[in-house]
Amino acid sequence: MSFNNPLDTLYRQVIMDHYKNPRNRGVLDDENVEINMNNPTCGDRVHLTMKVEDGKIVDAKFEGEGCSISMSSASMMTQAIKGKTIEEALMLSQIFSDMMRGKAYDDSVDLGDIEALQGVSKFPARIKCATLAWKAMEKGLHSQQ
Amino acid sequence: MNAKEVRQLFPILAQEVNGKPLVYLDSAATSQKPLPVIEALEKYYREYNSNVHRGVHTLGTKATDAYEGAREKVRKFINAKSTQEIIFTRGTTTALNMVAASYGRANLREGDEIVITYMEHHSNIIPWQQVAKQTGATLKYIPLQADGSISLTDVEQTVTPNTKIVSVMQVSNVLGAINPIKQIAEIAHRNGAVMVVDAAQSAPHMKLDVQNLDCDFLAFSGHKMCAPTGIGVLYGKRALLEQMEPVEFGGEMIDFVGLYESTWKELPWKFEGGTPIIAGAIGLGAAIDFLEEIGLDNIAAHEHKLAQYALEQLSAIEGLTIYGPKQRAGLVTFNLDDVHPHDVATVLDAEGIAVRAGHHCAQPLMKWLNVTATARASFYLYNTEEDIDRLVVALKKTKEYFSHVF
Repeated sequence: MSFNNPLDTLYRQVIMDHYKNPRNRGVLDDENVEINMNNPTCGDRVHLTMKVEDGKIVDAKFEGEGCSISMSSASMMTQAIKGKTIEEALMLSQIFSDMMRGKAYDDSVDLGDIEALQGVSKFPARIKCATLAWKAMEKGLHSQQ
Repeated sequence: MNAKEVRQLFPILAQEVNGKPLVYLDSAATSQKPLPVIEALEKYYREYNSNVHRGVHTLGTKATDAYEGAREKVRKFINAKSTQEIIFTRGTTTALNMVAASYGRANLREGDEIVITYMEHHSNIIPWQQVAKQTGATLKYIPLQADGSISLTDVEQTVTPNTKIVSVMQVSNVLGAINPIKQIAEIAHRNGAVMVVDAAQSAPHMKLDVQNLDCDFLAFSGHKMCAPTGIGVLYGKRALLEQMEPVEFGGEMIDFVGLYESTWKELPWKFEGGTPIIAGAIGLGAAIDFLEEIGLDNIAAHEHKLAQYALEQLSAIEGLTIYGPKQRAGLVTFNLDDVHPHDVATVLDAEGIAVRAGHHCAQPLMKWLNVTATARASFYLYNTEEDIDRLVVALKKTKEYFSHVF
C-alpha cells in the first residue's frame, strides 16, 4: 500500500520477519550468563541467556516483550553473536551503536540482517528500542571479561 | 467555547510535522502553552525579573507582588480558604512526596495503613511505598471494577480505622476514569484518615473546589494546564500544614537562624526553601486567568464531547481495544490488534499525529490490564473533532500498513 516512504525504511521486510518469527527465542538451560534489561520509559524488556566457553559465545537465547524494533533487534543480535568471540561480539556491538547514532561505521564486517536496522537511526525516538538487547549483551559479556 | 478560535492562541499548533499539519493528542503528558502565558513569562524576564521577599528595590517588589498574586489566583482557582494553604512546588510529584515525607513520616506507625488504588500513577505509589518501609506502615490497594472504575463498596472494605492516609487520583491518566473523591474523602474521614488527592489530570480540565471535596491535601502540576514546566501546587488544610515540618531547609523559609537551632517562617513560606519558582508561578497565574476566561465548565463540556466522539469513532475500528469506563475524562487509551503501541505511535507520528505510547507511569495498572504497554490519545481545549477524524484515518492506515508488512 502507499504509505510514506520514510516508514518503509524503518519497517523493512527483514525486520518484520524477525519480529514475527524470532530466532533464538527462549531461555537456555545451560547458560552461564544471564541478563535482564528493561527500558523503563516504555516498558520493553529483554531477558538474555548466553553460554560462554573459552571466550566464545557458544549459544544465546532471548525472551522479552516489546515493539517490532526491539524484538527483531534482539533476534538479529542473538543470531549474529553465536559462534563469535567476546571481542568480536563487542566489536559488533560498537558497530551497531555507531550505526544507530548515524555515525560512519566499520563496513568491512558482514552485518547480514542487522543492516536492515539502519533505518532506525532516522527515528531518534526508536533508537533505544533497537539498542536494548545489545546493551544487555554488552553488560553480560563485560561481566565475563 | 470555540476550539478553533482557542487554537489560534497556541502558536506551536500551527506547524507541520513530517509534512502533515500537527495533531497534538498528548496533552495528558503535557499541554501546549497559549500566547498569554508565553507573553507573561517574557514580560517577567524582560521587565521585572528579580528575587522575591528580600531587598527593597522596585523590581523586587514587582516580582514579589506577581509571585504572591499568582498564589491568590491559585487559591481562588481551587477555592481554598487561604493563600497560606497554597504551596508552590516543582509539580505533582514533588507535592505528593512532600506529603509522604513530612506528614507521612511524622504520623505513621507500625500497624497503620496507607490506602491507594491500582490505577495510580507511579508518583502516587512510590512515595507511599517508601514511607511505608520507613515507618512500618502497610500499603493497601483498592481494587478496580472490570471496566476500571472504583466502587465505593470496595473503598469501604479497604479503608479501616487503622488507615491513616488515603491517596487517590481524581482522574486516571490511563483509564480516563473520574473517581468519586468527595465520597472517598468522606469514608476516609469517617475512619480517621486524611484524604490526599492527585489532581494532575483533573485540575486542567474541570472546576475544583477543595472545600467541597473536603480533601486534606491536593496536588497538581502547572505544565498540564497551559503553564510552564517546573511549577506545581500542594494544597493542604491549614491545621495540618501548621503541624508539619518542612522537607527542604535553607534560604527563604527561615524565621531566625542560630548556630544550632533555627525557626521557620509562617505558612506557606516554610515549605518554599530556596529561591522559589518565580517565573513558573507567574506563568501558572497567567494560565489560570486564561482557563477561567474560557471557563472550566466549558472546557469540561468540550472535552466530554470529544471523548464521547472519540469513543464512538474508535470503537468502530475493528481490532481496536479501548481501556477504561465509558464515563470518562478527555482521553482514550487503546491497543490496535497485535501492533505494538510504539509501532502505532511511530506510524501516527509519520502522519503528523502525536500520541503517547508506553506504560504511562502506571505499571501496576498495566499489569492489572494484562498489557505491557498501550497507546493513548488525550484531548484538551484546543482539540477538535477533525483531530479525532485524522486519528481515525491514520489508525486505519496503520492497521493496513502492518497487515501489509507482516
